[in-house]
Amino acid sequence: MAGYLIRRLIQAIPVFLGVTFVVFLLLWLTPGDPVEILLGQTGPITAEEIARIRREFGLDQPFLVQYGRFVVRLFRGDLGTSILHRRPVAALLGETLPATVELTLFAALVALLVGVPAGVIAAVRRRSLWDMVGTVVALAGVSLPGFWLGLILIVVFAVNLKALPVAGRLGFGTGLEPRTGFLLLDALLQRNLPALQEVLRHLIMPALAMSTGMMAMTMRLVRASLLETLGQEYVRTARAKGLPERGVVLRHALRNGLLPVVTALALNLGALLSGNMVVETVFAWPGVGRLVVQAIQTRDYPVVQGGVLFYALTFVVLNLLADLSYSFLDPRIRHGRGE
Amino acid sequence: MRSRAWRAFRRHRLALLGAIAVVALGLGAALAPWIAPHDPLRGSLGERLRPPGHRGSSGSPYLLGTDALGRDILSRILHGGRVSIALGLVVVGVSLLIGVTLGLVSAYAGGFLDAVLGRVVDVLLAFPYLVFAIALMGLFGPGFLNLVVALAFKEWVIAYRVVRSEALALKHAAFVEASRAAGASPFRLVFRHLLVNVLPGAVVVATLRVGWVVLMEASLSFLGLGIQPPQPSWGVIIAEGRDYLFRAWWISTFPGIAIFLFVLGMNLLGDGLRDALDPRLATERLPE
Repeated sequence: MAGYLIRRLIQAIPVFLGVTFVVFLLLWLTPGDPVEILLGQTGPITAEEIARIRREFGLDQPFLVQYGRFVVRLFRGDLGTSILHRRPVAALLGETLPATVELTLFAALVALLVGVPAGVIAAVRRRSLWDMVGTVVALAGVSLPGFWLGLILIVVFAVNLKALPVAGRLGFGTGLEPRTGFLLLDALLQRNLPALQEVLRHLIMPALAMSTGMMAMTMRLVRASLLETLGQEYVRTARAKGLPERGVVLRHALRNGLLPVVTALALNLGALLSGNMVVETVFAWPGVGRLVVQAIQTRDYPVVQGGVLFYALTFVVLNLLADLSYSFLDPRIRHGRGE
Repeated sequence: MRSRAWRAFRRHRLALLGAIAVVALGLGAALAPWIAPHDPLRGSLGERLRPPGHRGSSGSPYLLGTDALGRDILSRILHGGRVSIALGLVVVGVSLLIGVTLGLVSAYAGGFLDAVLGRVVDVLLAFPYLVFAIALMGLFGPGFLNLVVALAFKEWVIAYRVVRSEALALKHAAFVEASRAAGASPFRLVFRHLLVNVLPGAVVVATLRVGWVVLMEASLSFLGLGIQPPQPSWGVIIAEGRDYLFRAWWISTFPGIAIFLFVLGMNLLGDGLRDALDPRLATERLPE
């Protein structure tokens, strides 16, 4: 296991370097001088001022020197300073991260709570009406633009039924003190039930808008995987022993059938995390996605750079974890073909 | 036996439904200049924010209502489909061309080239699709061609991986060895024997990707990073309706339905093609 772990970690190094290089290149190539953009916001400044700002941001150095400094600073956790907010990018990311993680995990939970049972039913009642409806609904789920679903939900539940809040994470006057930044957790820790309810009311629409794709994929994966395990010898043996069908499906087949699903879902979590950029914008959700989108619109390069890097590295780490979890759960992988 | 026939029938019927949706929307888009009831760019200020079914002063109806500038939503959706669908086809087409070529060469040549391309692919795959496209569009600025580049920049990887693994498996197949022994040039081996065999799989995957690209266009245009208004695309129209959700739900709703039907149709069609052409690909594939 240790050997496999080390091998995978070493394989991740070139990817990591490549990612940082591409991110650096992306913004280095951006047309328009960041200094000028800065000037545009603060009024007339002298030539010395411009030179000073260039030095301050290291913009007067050659490309490779700038890249080298970028990587070195990265390892110190320094992602640069936001031109617009005049604050460290790492701090901005840190502040918006809990909102994004909370929304993503909640959306994943919604997806699993619907997707897994739906997949099991579709597999057990194969070729029934349930299976067919499930298949079509699942395909519909991956064919929907999530942000559009968000807008429709707003029209129905916020505008017409006035049942749910339009945007944001929390209304006023709940008396909730944000400590961890994870509002669900904060509300639970402070035993503030009205606030907990408020937080959930704000979470449900964006989470639903984000989760359709993952829900659909979970359902299809569980169905396919369960169908495969249900055809295995050990399932036949379990049935032949006279075990109740319920136990055979849930204990014998599903437990093994969930293996590939776990990996696929871990991979999907990365996609979910980044897919929420647009949904966050729709619901004015104060997360990383909205921060990055706003940064692009205001040409706040360091924030864009930091945000893209954050997404890419999270993606790499989640992929790695998915790989490792899979090999941990299925020994054939780490002992078998070591490329 | 009966259930298998029923299954095949059902599968075909779904694929057929998908094809109908795609063809209908595609025809509507292609014929937009001739069949759109109104000008997609010029509205009449006397007819702003009219609900679906409203009959204008000139007597011609606005089936799906009008937007804040008095433009007919149906006409904008028809014209917007030209942009959205064309983008999907062009991006997937370009990516297919790049991905198939590089995939074949990579598999056949192996060695250094294959290793370098492999690393490039690893790095590209490390970026979530939307994040990468958003960053590129922030760099390039909005516009159709920029969108093609920004999306194809990563999209080719999908075809590349499918083609490379298929070609690797075929590289030492008997018919390839025989043709090599008969003195065929590497060029002929790759672009005649291997290409023909990997193409069905690549085409199936490409079909399944068109809808995905259309979804990406919608997201990017919604953020103001895709197609530039006033030119309509499905994503642009949804974005324009966002500020009027409270007063005019129809502006954002109908283009979204168009996207949904087109993407769903494309996915059904792709699934059908996959079953028909290449059962080995019949695994669950994630869109990322």
